[in-house]
Amino acid sequence: MAEEARLVGSSYGAENAEMVRQPVLSPDFDFLYKVEASGPFNASHCFQCRKCTNGCPVSFAMDIFPDRIIRLAILGQTAEVLNSRTIWICASCETCSTRCPNGVRIAELMDYFKELAVEAGIRPALPAVAVFYRTFLDNLKLTGRVFEAGLLPTYWVRSRQVVSMFKSGEMRKNVEQAVKLFMKKRLSALPGAVRGRGEIRSILRSSRPHGRSQ
Amino acid sequence: MMKATYYPGCSLEGVARDYADSIKCVCALMDVELQEIPDWNCCGATAAHSINRRASIELPRRNLRLARTLGNPDMLVPCPLCFNRLKTAVHDLELRNPCSEPPQGLEFPKIWDLAAFFATDEKLEKIASRVQKRLEGLSVVSYYGCMASRPPYITGAPDYENPLSLDKIVKTLGATPIDWPYKTDCCGASLIVSMPGAGLKMVEKLLDMARRFGAEAVVVSCQMCQGNLDMYQDRIEADTGKHYGLPIIYFTELIGLAWRLAEAGGWLSRHFIDPVPLLLRKGLMAGRG
Repeated sequence: MAEEARLVGSSYGAENAEMVRQPVLSPDFDFLYKVEASGPFNASHCFQCRKCTNGCPVSFAMDIFPDRIIRLAILGQTAEVLNSRTIWICASCETCSTRCPNGVRIAELMDYFKELAVEAGIRPALPAVAVFYRTFLDNLKLTGRVFEAGLLPTYWVRSRQVVSMFKSGEMRKNVEQAVKLFMKKRLSALPGAVRGRGEIRSILRSSRPHGRSQ
Repeated sequence: MMKATYYPGCSLEGVARDYADSIKCVCALMDVELQEIPDWNCCGATAAHSINRRASIELPRRNLRLARTLGNPDMLVPCPLCFNRLKTAVHDLELRNPCSEPPQGLEFPKIWDLAAFFATDEKLEKIASRVQKRLEGLSVVSYYGCMASRPPYITGAPDYENPLSLDKIVKTLGATPIDWPYKTDCCGASLIVSMPGAGLKMVEKLLDMARRFGAEAVVVSCQMCQGNLDMYQDRIEADTGKHYGLPIIYFTELIGLAWRLAEAGGWLSRHFIDPVPLLLRKGLMAGRG
């Protein structure tokens, strides 16, 4: 089903003949009901005015524009939505949700789709973003607050970027930046610990979405 | 002396120490006693609301519960993302219990974005009364970023497409606030780490526009925006061959400068793009304090 959805979804507007030969859409029309039952997202209120896409500051890095993500969700093209780069590159700046004339919570939907993708065990189209978020939350489990000096190194290791960063010179730039921050007393070597960190851990553990996220 | 609950947020203990120090100093002189929430925790930030919605509500809710024990009517939050997440947690509770008023004494404090708190008429008057040296001749753009304004159904911001709090403060200090179109355009936040190609592009766009409108510095209230525009500026210059040299100054630091506080030099020395040469050139600083 994923493959079919991909074929049809990626040919919209372009190869009409191809679409006629591939008429099988397998839309999951229950998807919209599931979305609408999961939060006050108002996805079905979308009338495709594209205000969201027009104001989006990250649209240049998206594979599917936000208005199309909403449309695909309404049409039950689950795989297209959950496999997109768009849901991961969204910077959560909330311009879309703010400007939508119909109250569609587009940015919140992007979060919801990310969570669904993780739950479904779908490999994120932008694994680095997913690994960063996961590393951030794991970092919190240590002390209940962000331990900045530990966050980025852990992220680089877990996203398997260390070697390529050394090769590209990116590592040198980052180390220089960290040293500078340290010299300016803006990076503490030890994390500040929250007494109630057990509580923080249980919040993060009990609500941790299951399934692999990478 | 007014007492206010204070939620600094994680980065003000580390990368944004300059912001934290300037806030403490300026608030003390404004007769605002900051009472830090005991044992506060991280709000979960973008990571939590992206992949763990429940935690994104539960984490700030713990802070709200702790904040209630202090019993102050107002709570000041300098980090716009923390502000946004705390407000979202309150909003979530109201959605769940639309009819029930919280029992007496158990109300949450009013959550303030720090810049909005400083831009009330009363506080502006207080800021003005302490100005020793008006920052005449300094032209700046105010950069608000996203989270103090959007979405308005969370933030309650009345002027979310064209916020004015920082501009009002800048004007009170004698500097010139330039009207520019990217006040609330996103800096990319953590994308600069996870998707540097996209993140750097977004910062470059902002710096370009600030230059085009003749800004000599950018005034901010968000430490994430400050970090992205300040710490990565030399890298963008190296990558693109453009030159900016734009200091990115917290509004609380700017207040300290106009008040001629000796501490201001120390705060500014923690920046990557050194604001001191510009301030010396304009005669707005007596030398490193």
